[in-house]
Amino acid sequence: MADSSNELTRPVKRLGDRIFSGTALGAGVLILVTLAGVGLFLTIEGLPGFTADSSATQPADNFVGLAGPLVFGTVLSATLALMLAVPLAVGVALFISHYAPRRLSQGLGYLVDLLAAVPSVVYGLWGIIFLAPKLVPIYRWLENNVGWIPFFSGPTLASGRNMATVAVVLAVMILPIITAICREIFLQTPTLHEEAALALGATRWEMIRMAVFPYGRSGIVSAAMLGLGRALGETLAVTLVLSPAILYSFNFIGAQNPSTIASNIALQFPEASGLEVSVLIATGLVLFLITFVVNFAARAVVNRRSEFSGAN
Amino acid sequence: MTPPTQTLKQRPGADGPRGSGPLNTQDQALHTRTLPRFAPLGLLAAATAVSVGISLALGWNRAAMVVVAAILYLVAINLVSRSVENGRRATDRTVTGLVTIAFLIALLPLTTLLYTVLSNGLGALSGEFFSASMRNIIGEGGGIYHAIWGTLIVTGLATLMSVPIGVFTAIYLVEYGKGALARWITFLVDVMTGIPSIVAGLFAYALFVLFLGPGVRSGFGGAVALSVLMVPVVVRATEEMLKLVPNELREASYALGVPRWRTIVKVVLRTASAGIATGVTLAVARVIGETAPLLVIAGSTDSVNFNPFDGRMATLPVFTFYAYSEPGVPAEFSVERAWGAALVLILIVLVLNLIARLISRAYSPKTGR
Repeated sequence: MADSSNELTRPVKRLGDRIFSGTALGAGVLILVTLAGVGLFLTIEGLPGFTADSSATQPADNFVGLAGPLVFGTVLSATLALMLAVPLAVGVALFISHYAPRRLSQGLGYLVDLLAAVPSVVYGLWGIIFLAPKLVPIYRWLENNVGWIPFFSGPTLASGRNMATVAVVLAVMILPIITAICREIFLQTPTLHEEAALALGATRWEMIRMAVFPYGRSGIVSAAMLGLGRALGETLAVTLVLSPAILYSFNFIGAQNPSTIASNIALQFPEASGLEVSVLIATGLVLFLITFVVNFAARAVVNRRSEFSGAN
Repeated sequence: MTPPTQTLKQRPGADGPRGSGPLNTQDQALHTRTLPRFAPLGLLAAATAVSVGISLALGWNRAAMVVVAAILYLVAINLVSRSVENGRRATDRTVTGLVTIAFLIALLPLTTLLYTVLSNGLGALSGEFFSASMRNIIGEGGGIYHAIWGTLIVTGLATLMSVPIGVFTAIYLVEYGKGALARWITFLVDVMTGIPSIVAGLFAYALFVLFLGPGVRSGFGGAVALSVLMVPVVVRATEEMLKLVPNELREASYALGVPRWRTIVKVVLRTASAGIATGVTLAVARVIGETAPLLVIAGSTDSVNFNPFDGRMATLPVFTFYAYSEPGVPAEFSVERAWGAALVLILIVLVLNLIARLISRAYSPKTGR
């Protein structure tokens, strides 16, 4: 008697269930293992690179001399791109969420998403062939009129292959992800808050400042940080557009521009051998750590918002 | 909250054509004066006309003309609205203009990019371009046959690896996962979407070097690198779709005595299949254009290579990169091939995106029935 009641209350464990849930768990754990593996294998292969001598770290004397300017160039290009992209992305997201006619807004959002689908090598070609020559007159004007500011001291290359062009191309590339997340967050503003503001006589802009921005502030910050993560790791667009060097320079329109980690790897890796490979992998590890920290922080902020579903 | 009026009212230069009287009386009136509905469009037309006039007189180019027209419009709408309506309305109208301009600026790269690629790439497309490899080609001729095969093989292998892992992880997260492990997997999958693509390539290289020695290049390595980028996208898309499946369907299935795993396979996955297909298609579209990891681990070659486990394998993005950056001596033929390959690549990506949208549109109302 006791046996049969036990039989009824105990959940049935079928073999199929166990295999299936085991596979699902295994897949999940595999992802964690992969992420750990990325760090582990890069460390194993890159470790000799950290102590490499000048033979493998040309044109610098040691690893720090090479990686320092590269980190500087990476952070500088990504920061400039972010400064260009964030205000624009917030505007575009506002247009789609609060200004465009309701019927159009989904289609317009899709149009901006298309920007994200364009491969980076195509952005590179576009940047170097179409964009850079168009920007050269602006650089020339800056050089001649405000050249006393260190940022614009020049001399400008006729090809326009400098940090400023890279920043514009990167800004275009990270615009879609920032826009997508901002749009999602703006659309989540409680309608009651918006209507309350409008009922108090606020204009549309005042409503946005009083209801939409305070609600979405943390979302905008994390969207910007995710965009930063993308810009830090972008490779081919920078490789094609920049005329690179290993140095520290705040001259955005000059002929000598600090290269970025990813771009330097793409340029050097195919011809590298021996210790040079280790050095490049070590710089890759540095890039991985930087982007990991940025993304980790951004996601931690996003995840604090429980309802947020993610827009990528 | 300080009303913006207080600061704006004192701004000099707010005197419109009719002079701005004491604004307070207008603010307190129940019916303030408003601009007619055609006012913004009219002012835009006027600003454009003035800008065209100035540009023709001073010989500016079209870009300067558009910029000047936009600035003129913003200033004009602000002043006119300030004089007729009030400072708050003027700010509102100016911001409306700014936001619209931001959107138009965002469309600019997309249109010029499509135009540049089309106008430069169309000339390269021909029968030979699709049917010939670059073997023994110097100068004119040759094509992307080898690169198309490489892209298909590498992306296909990456899809074969990522889809099962991604879908099973999503199943774990939605159907089984509870507690700290599931939370960490969700979080780290999100973090993983931000891994730079070149780091994924270096990871694949570092992994294969351990087994196959230095200087290793293979298409399979490229597929591994692409999988690292693709899995998180598949997980997120599938997870969203599985969460949309109504719980009633699962409970109905359990009530009929169907085992859990068969419920997931036959009910949950089947209900979400269109959404998962959309997500997978978008994930493929995302990685098919990846250049950096393939540059590192798959390398580049002039010949057709059907074996992903042996030797270098050309792919469309890497082909595009080298055809432009290392064109050889008569550079124009190689550059033209680069544009042709870029056009083919962008067409593939657009078609994949279109397919994804069509799938999701055809099957989207899966909930709320």
